[in-house]
Amino acid sequence: MKAVMSNRAAIAMYVLPALLLIMIIIYVPLVLTGYYGMMDWKGFAPMKFIGFGNYNKLIHDSMFWKSTYHSVLLGIFSTLSLFIYLAVSMVLASRIKGANLFRKIYLIPMLLSSVAIAQLWSKIYDPANGMLNNLLMAFGVENPPLWLSDPNIVLYSIFVPIVWQYAGFYIIIYYAALKNVSEEVVEAATIDGATAWQVATRVKLPLIAPVFKVTIILALVGSLKYFDLIFVMTGGGPNHASEVMASYMYGEAFSKYNFGYGSAIGFALLVICLLMTWLIRKLTASNEDVQY
Amino acid sequence: MLKKKALPIMLAVLLMMSFALAGCGSSANNADGSNAASGGQTVIKFMHLWPEGSSKAQYTIVNDIIQDYEKQHPDVKIQTEILGNDQYREKLKVLASSNELPDVGMTWSDGFLKPYVEGQLFTPLDDVIDANLKDAFIPGVKESYAIDGKTYGMPLELNISYIFYNKEIFKKYNLQVPKTYTEFKNIVNTLNQNGVIPAAVGNKEGWPGSFWFMYLADRIGGPTILTDVIQGKRSFNDPDILKAATEVQNLVDMNTFEKGNSGLSNDEAKGYFMNEQAAMFLTATWELPNYTTSKDVPQEFKDKIGYFKFPLYEGGKGTDINSYVGGPGVGLFVADHSQVKEQAKDFAAFLVKEWGNKSVTDAGVIPATKVDTADKKLDPMYVEILKDLNGASNVTTYFDTQASPNVAELHHDLIAALFGKQITPQQFVDQTAAALAEEKQ
Repeated sequence: MKAVMSNRAAIAMYVLPALLLIMIIIYVPLVLTGYYGMMDWKGFAPMKFIGFGNYNKLIHDSMFWKSTYHSVLLGIFSTLSLFIYLAVSMVLASRIKGANLFRKIYLIPMLLSSVAIAQLWSKIYDPANGMLNNLLMAFGVENPPLWLSDPNIVLYSIFVPIVWQYAGFYIIIYYAALKNVSEEVVEAATIDGATAWQVATRVKLPLIAPVFKVTIILALVGSLKYFDLIFVMTGGGPNHASEVMASYMYGEAFSKYNFGYGSAIGFALLVICLLMTWLIRKLTASNEDVQY
Repeated sequence: MLKKKALPIMLAVLLMMSFALAGCGSSANNADGSNAASGGQTVIKFMHLWPEGSSKAQYTIVNDIIQDYEKQHPDVKIQTEILGNDQYREKLKVLASSNELPDVGMTWSDGFLKPYVEGQLFTPLDDVIDANLKDAFIPGVKESYAIDGKTYGMPLELNISYIFYNKEIFKKYNLQVPKTYTEFKNIVNTLNQNGVIPAAVGNKEGWPGSFWFMYLADRIGGPTILTDVIQGKRSFNDPDILKAATEVQNLVDMNTFEKGNSGLSNDEAKGYFMNEQAAMFLTATWELPNYTTSKDVPQEFKDKIGYFKFPLYEGGKGTDINSYVGGPGVGLFVADHSQVKEQAKDFAAFLVKEWGNKSVTDAGVIPATKVDTADKKLDPMYVEILKDLNGASNVTTYFDTQASPNVAELHHDLIAALFGKQITPQQFVDQTAAALAEEKQ
């Protein structure tokens, strides 16, 4: 065994298939995207090398920064909503009646496809025939908001279903982590006279902190590259009021056929995501995990 | 440390190189073509986008035409390849980049066609049109496939737009079909007073609202105004276009359209018309089956639907109500590198001619060629519209179809903003004019 593990050729043989695969489907396209970003390219006509022209345009493109701002805003909302998910899973993890049923209810949105969710919420938000506005009008609101048409609120209108969509996913993660906290530690704390609140904040929370850190990264990066609901519900409109980075990239590449510029946006998106991940890891780094 | 890293790095470099090599391999094309005569027979490769599964009626018509052609020309064999719409677009791009286009295929007009013509992939068809199809097309349609005076495509389909309306609602409030814009505005007011949404429009994608703008530009500034703008003969920053944009916002202020329309898709807006919540719907003839032959729509509703031409604007330069806004769908091209070019041109012309005879009756599609309705059994609405088309003085191709993809997307965004009152008419014309000017450079 030892002889095999010290033989470089043997190691290479084992690693090679996975390495090749990951190279071909992830890293090579990544590099290519960055490279296409240096092209003036309409999708099929010959490419023209323009150096950093697209990236230079990107830095001065106010539309791109607006979409970045919207993406970051979504990231902040998603991160804040993590606390709500955490609270919900804390309640579910304590032995309350019907916890099992509630867990399933929260999980259902996750089982629906994004397009179905988008259709569902488009119907809810419909200005005259939608459930929400009909309800508001029944309560006597004369001019209910135009949820997806009013540029001032459209972004927030879409955040709601996004937060709703991912609730199940995070609740399940927290729930599993909380169930992993050993009974003995909790019992010991209770015997020492800790109240339920103290058990939750002083014992359980520190123990699942590593999981929480991971979910922050997941939520933030997931939000930065978020696309589906926004694309189906508003397409980034009206007039870019709900544009995020990914939808802007799609619009440039596939609606305007600016594949070169679209690639540059895609590459910038990647850089921003990497930067954010690194930043979060820096900010949340602690010397060691809590153990009791 | 350095040694340990050497292996993976070497592997990575190797991999990249193998990629680069593979790339070279596939771009070395084999354009010599295998479509030359085989066994004394001429083979014409033909690609179209109506698969049997999703477009049965069109598929059958094309198939019948091919069989007829082969019967008349025993030495010719037509080899078809059929793909769905999106796959077709993709494949055409790929084939174009390796110079392997089929002899005959389908293309869209204006903006889509341009790069192919610039790449010298399509051949001019003026000779075959003059020989076989002179005056066969509805005026203005063939021109959508022309660049620098040469025609590179023969149009098959045509859509023009009308205001469709609910006759029952009109009757209930004693309304008459409007001939002038003032009459139209009176109708809007009456409907509003009675709590009916006058007209449905969905501006999420922008183009449905553009119909209103384009017709107003046609009626105020004359039928050629938007085409002139595209060709650079006039500026988009024109008082007449500004006036048209202002009228659009006047309509919005009059509550002509359902609330929140800038967030609704065309289909969602259509729902307001189909559910009889809205009295009018400005749309193109592709909706006709819904008002005539479709089995999915109740007959009761179909009987209520009528249509009228966009009314004339008092004092406007567009004084002919028979000028329409519309656009061609797909047309046929012949590849420039084809080895059987003459035969391919002949086949394409035959297909266009026969398609014109069969498409209305068999598929409910309006062809780009003039149709003689006398010997056909058709829904009265089709008969009326075909008659209109024969009398059409002009068909202005949709502004977004004529414009480059960049300007078209901007136009969609700005239309949504114009209807949502996020911008003023002046900003609307200024921003579009700026984008058009930038393109000129």
